[in-house]
Amino acid sequence: MSVSMPGSQTNPESGVVGSGGATAPLLAADGRPLKVSLRRAMFKNKARALLLVSPLLIFLFVAFVMPIFSMLTRSVESNEVITLLPNTAMAVQAWDGEGLPDELTFAALAGDLKQGQIDRNLGRVASRLNYEYSGMRSTITGTARRITNLENPESWKETLIDINSNWADTGVWRVIKRESSGYTLSYYLAAMDMRYDEEGKIVRQPETRRVYVDLMIKTLWMSILITFMCFILGYPVAFLLASLPLSTSNLLMMMVLLPFWTSLLVRTTSWIAILQSQGVLNNILVAIGVVDDNNRLQLIYNQIGTIVAMTHILLPFMILPLYSVMKSISPSYMRAARSMGATGYTAFRRVYFPQTLPGIGAGAILVFILAIGYYITPALVGGESGRFITNFIAYHMQVSLNWGLAAAIASILLGAVIMLYLLYNRIVGSDNLKLG
Amino acid sequence: MKKSFRKSALTAAVMLGTLGVVSAAQAQQPLNVVSWGGAYTMSQEEAYSKPWTEKTGQRIVNIDRSATGLAGLRAQVEAGNVTWDLVDMLPADAKIACAEGLIEILDHDELLSPAPDGTPASQDFVPGALDECFVATIVYSNIVAFNTEMFPADKQPSKIADIFDLENYPGMRSLQRRPINNLEWALLADGVPHDEVYEMLTTEAGLERAFAKLDTIKDNTIWWSEGAQPPQLLADKEVAFASAYNGRIFDAQVNENQPFEIIWDGQVFELDGWVVPRGKMDVAKDFLRFSTDTERNAAQASYISYGPARMSAAGLVGQHIPTGIEMTPHMPTYEPNFATALPKDDEFWADYQDELNERFDAWLAN
Repeated sequence: MSVSMPGSQTNPESGVVGSGGATAPLLAADGRPLKVSLRRAMFKNKARALLLVSPLLIFLFVAFVMPIFSMLTRSVESNEVITLLPNTAMAVQAWDGEGLPDELTFAALAGDLKQGQIDRNLGRVASRLNYEYSGMRSTITGTARRITNLENPESWKETLIDINSNWADTGVWRVIKRESSGYTLSYYLAAMDMRYDEEGKIVRQPETRRVYVDLMIKTLWMSILITFMCFILGYPVAFLLASLPLSTSNLLMMMVLLPFWTSLLVRTTSWIAILQSQGVLNNILVAIGVVDDNNRLQLIYNQIGTIVAMTHILLPFMILPLYSVMKSISPSYMRAARSMGATGYTAFRRVYFPQTLPGIGAGAILVFILAIGYYITPALVGGESGRFITNFIAYHMQVSLNWGLAAAIASILLGAVIMLYLLYNRIVGSDNLKLG
Repeated sequence: MKKSFRKSALTAAVMLGTLGVVSAAQAQQPLNVVSWGGAYTMSQEEAYSKPWTEKTGQRIVNIDRSATGLAGLRAQVEAGNVTWDLVDMLPADAKIACAEGLIEILDHDELLSPAPDGTPASQDFVPGALDECFVATIVYSNIVAFNTEMFPADKQPSKIADIFDLENYPGMRSLQRRPINNLEWALLADGVPHDEVYEMLTTEAGLERAFAKLDTIKDNTIWWSEGAQPPQLLADKEVAFASAYNGRIFDAQVNENQPFEIIWDGQVFELDGWVVPRGKMDVAKDFLRFSTDTERNAAQASYISYGPARMSAAGLVGQHIPTGIEMTPHMPTYEPNFATALPKDDEFWADYQDELNERFDAWLAN
């Protein structure tokens, strides 16, 4: 923009528009209209900027947007029946949901099962239906095995029911009909401890099978507690770091950073060594006579274990943002407050503390979001009561292979975190966050 | 002209020959074998992998992923990039993988070598060892073990019911964090006959009875999830009893001289063996044949106390190679150990594990 412009036309847009169509457009040095020339220059800049950030954008898209999208899809997708039992899915639509479907539907099922046995892909639909109705796995695979060599019997209905009495159960057929639309709510229902009853109405799970809601609440509650503990422990440390002379504070900083650089597993296992009932802490307590030898404290494999180990592991994420904020607070404010008669406590409360709020905000949100997604530490030291909902996501991903349910729980967790963040944003304000 | 033609033909021939050598060398890529890790993988290494590498020069890469083997197989097949060549798996998982088409169907008589006396493979394995896509190598057992130092010498536990008896056998227990085995033991300890256990577990009343029995020790139980945990917990005296795979306890007994004792009463035994991931038949079949022959099968029992799945190998079980002790009494299939054994019902668990896992988790949480 080497064009010289009169002062009133610093803003090229308004300059050109303001001059109207009557006067000739302003020309740049090369004789083109200034507007065109500027737009070209701006476009080049924008394109260059976009090009520079494009690796990041592509990375974000591939590593962040796409997985989340595929997770959300998986949590409602239920295409097993429609793709693997296509004729049955079609035929069962004509059924009104009372009694049993007609012979045609049974014949369609037999055909689909035979085809599935040849293609060897019945396992997926068997697993899918078994989530909804225990026993469907063996019903489907067993029936398919037994009808492979059967050619058009008198009545498929009788034959199938004869092979497995589950086929005479109206509930089974209702499940098949419900799951033949390609989409399902049942993963979300399961994640919220609900289910379809025999009539297809949504009801709560029986008490003996309610798992996830309580666990979700417990996970949130424990993450908040861990965040709070990190704040209580981290604040004085950050204060010391920011106020001690450089030589001492450097040493202190090393003590904060060394565990931070140590492997997560090492830190977790060292907590096991310290906290277990034959561990260091209990041995000391027994030696000094606080605890009886036969009555050692259970400090690990429960909530205490999870809270202690995770507070320790996440502490640097609280200390570091707090430190960087405190470092930037001039000590003269405190001195000014004291000189005007405030007690040490009042000066801290009304002058110093409010200035550290952005650091607390940043540290709290970092620790909280990391805590809520942790699953290795709770799995190792949490025992039964110290488990997180994330352990169930991992379990359904790796062991039970119910990826739909894992996706549904993860989506709910994601939703909860976003809601909390919005709430937090409303109260604290995201511009009031300072990471350093 | 003619000479130079001959020369170039010769060069071409040499080059072709070299190419042949190169492709033969490429065929000798290492074999990726997935198994359970720990003492078990070590026994496979000694019994199968080392002799195999000696014989053929092909290296075996051990991958300890069997605990999540089905998930791994499914992910690899879905992604169209199968890197595992042979996977050690439980028969229940193999059934599911087979129905989903993740693994190859096996023609047992063609693939596996016959017994030394000529009995075809299909008749040389214990019942249930050969499934459509599965060939068992071992019989292992889920047992409860205890640390003998935790109880007075005249009052050592001996029955499965003893783990539910807090009065006579106090202390913490450690059980695997899953309903499998625990529900069976609860009913056995409650006096249900062996052949009625699984039938009873399909009824609400039976489940309530099993959970009620587990309720009696719930507050005294630490739940484990990795096979290495129970021997550790027993050694640390964190618990008095722990359920475990019998081979792990054997390993701690003989290799680490731990004062552990196995309660063989009510052992729940099952099989474990190989499956071939889809499309890997050509790569894996030679090693599969080698590792399942009678000699190799018996050799594995010299390193770990799992019974060979081949009947012709049972008679060849000898001594534990590292320590020289007699292996037979440590085998789950040894007559006195086997008297009250319960075979795990794979069909039952395939059907009910989704529901019962949830119920078990809910029970744990409340």
